[in-house]
Amino acid sequence: MDKLNLDRADKNFKKELTRQPGGEKISACFMCRSCTASCPITAVNDTFNPLRIIRMALYGLKAEVLKSDFIWLCSSCYACQERCPQGVSITEFMTLLKNLAVKAGNMPQGIRAQRDTIKGEGRIYPIDDFDNKKRAKAALPPIPTSCEAVEKLFPPARN
Amino acid sequence: MKYAFFLGCTIPARSRNYELSARKVADKLGIDLIDVADFMCCGFPMKASDSESAQIMGAYNLCLAQEKGLDICVLCSSCASQLTEVAHSLSEAGPQRDRINAELSRAGLTYWGGVKVRHFARVLLEDIGIEKIKTHFIKDLSDLKTAVHYGCHYLKPSEIYDGFDDVENPKSLETLVAVTGARVMDYPGKKRCCGGPVLPVDENVALSVAKEKLDDIVDAGADAMCLVCPFCSVMYDDNQKSIESEFGAAYHLPVLYLTQILGLAMGFNRKELGLNMNVVKTKKLLSQYFE
Repeated sequence: MDKLNLDRADKNFKKELTRQPGGEKISACFMCRSCTASCPITAVNDTFNPLRIIRMALYGLKAEVLKSDFIWLCSSCYACQERCPQGVSITEFMTLLKNLAVKAGNMPQGIRAQRDTIKGEGRIYPIDDFDNKKRAKAALPPIPTSCEAVEKLFPPARN
Repeated sequence: MKYAFFLGCTIPARSRNYELSARKVADKLGIDLIDVADFMCCGFPMKASDSESAQIMGAYNLCLAQEKGLDICVLCSSCASQLTEVAHSLSEAGPQRDRINAELSRAGLTYWGGVKVRHFARVLLEDIGIEKIKTHFIKDLSDLKTAVHYGCHYLKPSEIYDGFDDVENPKSLETLVAVTGARVMDYPGKKRCCGGPVLPVDENVALSVAKEKLDDIVDAGADAMCLVCPFCSVMYDDNQKSIESEFGAAYHLPVLYLTQILGLAMGFNRKELGLNMNVVKTKKLLSQYFE
């Protein structure tokens, strides 16, 4: 990865993050690398590095973080969060960054597809009559093939 | 003992073997699992893109259990974590609960708190107990060498799980498998994630994470893997062939749900436990347990 260019830093980014759930304690990070050492993703692909992401965020590299592909590699396994000696909710912080990235227009196709399916159908794998036939054959009860509540909870105006 | 039975999305569509075997085991142990037709997705897969909506979905499901006066029993670890987290964050009255209730009002619902959410394995340990479970076993599985996979959200984040098990030194699944007589093999990387949540983002990274565990388990000499989450099963069972071809490996490692192992010891047959639906074939491994 390239060197960090601090000339482009956004000094307000840290404040913006610490005001939101998941970001409250990131300033407590003292760079021990427990997160990176515990991360199963870093172990197979070092473009994902939780410590580096936290530092980038603290330095105010907003665009570099929110437009990156790497934030999406977090598997939300909580290995880092459970071990952080400073009590930083690292996994929740990664979720916050992903949520902000979506608002900034950065969202992988697969994640978008999941969101659209769930908000449209109420399930990630919608059930059809064929599924229910297979369920009936195995003596399992039928599952509704549509979900009215999801339309009420997420009307087009809210999305 | 009665619970609202939360199946989530993956199980009724893709893991009917888990559902079948869990219903059989529950029935044998006198656990009454009440189906709630109107449950929707727990919200977990929405968290990355939109945490607020994920929380609303979680709270919606809690409301349906609340209406029936029941606690929730979950089979999927991601659902367990998501619903537990929402129940935890909305347990007390305050601005956060008011905000979510304002959203829920569109569906005519209000959440008052108090619904407990637990994974099926946790219900077995805490509400039924090892001693009672043991009395229902009629087959000894001591020839079976298993490696348990905890996965992540079954235990984490620990702050929402009220001291259930120990994140760094978990024992609950080993305890449940060991009562059947089956051997539980230890292996490095036991606590490693399956990689599943990365699958929609980067398939190669996800499969690489899953591969490490399959390597470790086969090296440890286990004949089968035991797990409690359909997401994890997608990685190790459904995708085992892809991992083999992608990385030039050969595992042929059957992946069993905890409930299939318990059901086996209880004497249920292959079909009753949905073993015919496991992707990696289990017939040879389990032949001695069936006529």
